[in-house]
Amino acid sequence: MTEPLLKVEGLKKYFPIRTGMLGKHTGNVKAVDDISFFVNEGETLGIVGESGCGKSTTGRMLMRLLEPTEGKVTFNGKELTSISNDEMRKARREIQMVFQDPYASLNPRHTIEKILMEPLIVHNIGDPKSRKKKVHDFLEIVGLSSYHAKRYPHQFSGGQRQRIGIARALMTNPKLIIADEPVSALDVSIQAQVLNLMQDLQKELKLTYIFIAHDLGVVRHISDRVGVMYLGRMVELATSESMYAEPLHPYTKALLSAVPVPDPEFKREQIILEGDIPSPSNPPSGCTFHTRCPFKMDICVKDVPQLQEAKTGHFVACHLYNEQLQH
Amino acid sequence: MSERQTILEVKDLQTSFFTDDGVIPSVDHIDFHVREGEILGIVGESGCGKSVTSLSIMGLVPSPPGKITSGQILFEGKDLTKFSEKEMRKVRGNDVAMIFQEPMTSLNPLFTIGNQLLEAITLHKKDWNKKKAKARAIEMLKLVGLPRAEELMNDYPHQLSGGMRQRVMIAMALVCDPKLLIADEPTTALDVTIQAQILKLMRELNERLNTAVILITHDLGVVAETCERVVVMYAGKVVEEGTVDTIFNNPQHPYTKGLIASVPDMRYKKQRLYSIPGSVPKPGSIKQGCRFAARCEFVVGRCTEENPPLYETAEGHKTRCFLYDEKEVLQDDRAAVKS
Repeated sequence: MTEPLLKVEGLKKYFPIRTGMLGKHTGNVKAVDDISFFVNEGETLGIVGESGCGKSTTGRMLMRLLEPTEGKVTFNGKELTSISNDEMRKARREIQMVFQDPYASLNPRHTIEKILMEPLIVHNIGDPKSRKKKVHDFLEIVGLSSYHAKRYPHQFSGGQRQRIGIARALMTNPKLIIADEPVSALDVSIQAQVLNLMQDLQKELKLTYIFIAHDLGVVRHISDRVGVMYLGRMVELATSESMYAEPLHPYTKALLSAVPVPDPEFKREQIILEGDIPSPSNPPSGCTFHTRCPFKMDICVKDVPQLQEAKTGHFVACHLYNEQLQH
Repeated sequence: MSERQTILEVKDLQTSFFTDDGVIPSVDHIDFHVREGEILGIVGESGCGKSVTSLSIMGLVPSPPGKITSGQILFEGKDLTKFSEKEMRKVRGNDVAMIFQEPMTSLNPLFTIGNQLLEAITLHKKDWNKKKAKARAIEMLKLVGLPRAEELMNDYPHQLSGGMRQRVMIAMALVCDPKLLIADEPTTALDVTIQAQILKLMRELNERLNTAVILITHDLGVVAETCERVVVMYAGKVVEEGTVDTIFNNPQHPYTKGLIASVPDMRYKKQRLYSIPGSVPKPGSIKQGCRFAARCEFVVGRCTEENPPLYETAEGHKTRCFLYDEKEVLQDDRAAVKS
């Protein structure tokens, strides 16, 4: 087997809680708590979960926009977590990010040309003339026109702005793109356009995506493999076919059954979870899902379930599958 | 089904905004009705006028610059557009109530939940004493499925989660037994598992209390699971209206078809999503013809010149598209649309 493009091992991010005038360290918000996964070249890994599950924090740590508390990130054979900030800046040429809010992620005072040229200047790629040509080429690639280069972000619609965000991420010819909720701020008809564009670009430019989203339909559509996160932990990781056809973790089952399906004739047993997501500053003991789980056992309160392979390529962190695995 | 009485009828409603760039009709001559005890969905993308429609019904259009420029809103036969502010205040909360998208911003952070619930009761039920009002408030909190209702009365909004806040909003809206509840994107800000809880609650309350609901949303999945009838809006116009089954199984307007086809379905993987080309026109930018013409695959010369009327293609199913003008359209064109 070839080495995966990106490998994440035991990644953790604890945000300290400080109280009082002296800022005494009184606890931690465990935003991401010991997750491991890998991404192969050319595939799309979807990461889903509800708000506060740590999916965005994970995305940011991969680029070291946030420093991980613990854990190792290896990209293309290079360990990103141990290199200096200077080297990391160079490494970002190969890993780029697309953000959720196309309003907030483009500088309103710069023209599109300036915005798109900046990554080239930062990474010292090409000369002014070739940079300009590249800007125009990429505008065409994402479905805009070269005359748009002289305009400002406010002159574009949400969908067009997201196209610009994607073009900016592509300027340095990256291998990996981390897209954090790239379509959730867009209307349905525009969302479909952007998803199609991302798929086309992946084929053409042989990109690898980490696609972070809360919309399970969108994630299924774009991903080869999907990871489900709950309260800072990865609870299930499988190919998207296997995950959606036969979810194993009780949380994934509930999550999938809660998604409204646009077909009035589609009937199914809905599992409606009781209560809310517990606070990550004081997560439940053992399996963090046990407070809402319909299949809770004694062991769930005590032991943290580990992610184990229940079927080929289908990993789940749940004590229900312990026995099955021992046989 | 048809014996059910119509409680709200919106006739030829136009709400315009008077801006520096001229008068922009945000909602442009729309008609629809809501019957007793039904859940009507209004779907559309941003800027289609669905929220302005609900604000118009409630008499909450910010004025200036907004104003209802024509039409009637008949609630149980009385025209709400003719009501004075004082009369409207009696209708709001009592007969027609509303819940909003952001449960965070629609509760006052400085007052307790109990305080805010009691305010709604004492404003409308002047003859109730404190004890009765408080009992009613607690009863409502229990009705919407909130645990430890008595203690909750003394809690502040920041102490509750998003889902709990939305439950409080629903309790507050239903406290005076309104006949109509307008829910403007009530679950958009919530997580999927919490959304499922709130939608279930709304369906249960609709059945139990027989309150009619107008559910405004952009999520077709929510509509399919919750509503009985649907109104699809595009750029300030109603483009299609029908029962949930007809809209999803036999959509007629090219926009409705496109919208349904662009939603990624969780149940199976499509190779490629259908996408409607272009983007939603700026309000007021299209003066002539069908507003969807520029993005429509079936556009004919007439579409850019005349504004299509709503054609009734079957009982209770209306479509604003020339393709359904029986006399003029060639049979093979219709077949092309159907396929």
